[in-house]
Amino acid sequence: MNRVVHYFKSLLLIEMLQGMWLTWRYMFKPKYTMQYPMEKIPKSNRFRGLHALRRYPNGEERCIACKLCEAVCPALAITIDSAPRASDGQRRTTRYDIDLFKCIFCGFCEESCPVDSIVETDIHEYHFEQRGQNVVTKAQLLAIGDRFEADIAAARAQDAAYR
Amino acid sequence: MDALTSFIHWSYANYPTLSLAIGLFVFPMLPLIISVAMYVWWERKVIGWMHVRLGPNQVGPAGLAQAFADVFKLLFKEITVPQKANRFLFYSAPLLALAPAMAAWAVVPMGSGVAWSNANAGLLYLLAMTSLGVYGIILAGWASNSKYAFLGAMRSAAQVVSYEIAMGMALVCVLILAGSLNLSDIVNAQAGSKGPFDWFWFPLLPMFVIYFISGTAETNRAPFDVAEGESEIVAGFHVEYSGSAFAIFFLAEYANMILISFLAAILFMGGWLSPFQGLGLGLLSAPGWWWLFAKAFVFAFAFLWFRATFPRYRYDQIMRLGWKVFIPIAIAWVFVAGLFAYFGVVTVGA
Repeated sequence: MNRVVHYFKSLLLIEMLQGMWLTWRYMFKPKYTMQYPMEKIPKSNRFRGLHALRRYPNGEERCIACKLCEAVCPALAITIDSAPRASDGQRRTTRYDIDLFKCIFCGFCEESCPVDSIVETDIHEYHFEQRGQNVVTKAQLLAIGDRFEADIAAARAQDAAYR
Repeated sequence: MDALTSFIHWSYANYPTLSLAIGLFVFPMLPLIISVAMYVWWERKVIGWMHVRLGPNQVGPAGLAQAFADVFKLLFKEITVPQKANRFLFYSAPLLALAPAMAAWAVVPMGSGVAWSNANAGLLYLLAMTSLGVYGIILAGWASNSKYAFLGAMRSAAQVVSYEIAMGMALVCVLILAGSLNLSDIVNAQAGSKGPFDWFWFPLLPMFVIYFISGTAETNRAPFDVAEGESEIVAGFHVEYSGSAFAIFFLAEYANMILISFLAAILFMGGWLSPFQGLGLGLLSAPGWWWLFAKAFVFAFAFLWFRATFPRYRYDQIMRLGWKVFIPIAIAWVFVAGLFAYFGVVTVGA
């Protein structure tokens, strides 16, 4: 009996018509498409994007060249050189490079930083036009930090209770 | 209108080849190319909507210019020929696919007797032309000298040949009832006073379904697109084609789909006859080319609907469906149609 039912079901294309009815209904449903450059999805404050080096409110850079981030980086994307600063002899970085092609955006550098200097911002819309631009230097990282300090601080403040 | 007619007669008398070339460009080439471009846009839109997406909407109003942008992109791309390909066959294959797709339009009537050729054997000619298209595909697969292309061509050949039988039987049913191979006569035989129930889909419902499914298989469309099968044999027969050669294959496939849609409308759905024929509703009951186009549009939409709905058939299932389901039903229904005609069950003509 079951086989007879199945035979007629397939012969009369009943399951096919059910499938077509389904796609017909879906055709008139509201669409999920986010029209990206014009519309954007809100991002989490934990989003890990482009890196930045932060400063204290008095303008002093936070980084003390402890090299914990360089040590923890699983992709070996960070390269740091350090020397006493000429003006006051404090330990500072002379070179802080991140190779964004190597970086896997795991966020370990930010986790390891004792002074909250290196952070990952929520910027993900950037591009390189020439070979070599994938290595961002200390000056560039500080500039990013200066420009987006307000956003960075706000995101860290929102997440502070859960850390 | 008279001036135009006399000009056409004059130009044909003095420059026959040139006038024919221009005439064939004005119809069917140009409208066909434009409608194929629109059809591609409509396909991407409809499939997008059925996937709960938006489809192309950036180039031109509602993305309408997208199809033309794609065409020009393809035309400006380089045609690469595999080193060990047979160059002559490689270049002639797309033309062999396109020419029958265009030539078939010669007998497709847009109104009673309105066609390039109101041939008495129109249906036979159509069967011949639609079968010829498969040679382009086979040659493309063979000339490419590539395993995937060859596999696609073999699949396509076997599939098209199998489904042609069932499709031919469906057409035989139509011609038994209409008593003519002339496409205009076939439509006129569907005139009557019972609205759509005078059309041949009603007495030949299983054949109508078989015809349209076979048409989907003939044009190598989803769910019967194993000849392309991009997930298994990359793109099948046109793997090695690029640029305008690929564009011609594309054009031929979509022109064939539009042709099958028109034929379904003409053979089974009363062509240019109104669905309200014989009900005395004035203009609504009057026959006209707009009915033909509306019906063909519905069938053309069905092609896209199938593609958005069904997953690709397995190859042996396609063969099983063609040989063990469609052909037996088709042969049986030829007898039923014969009985209909013999006992006068179906009224033919108004």
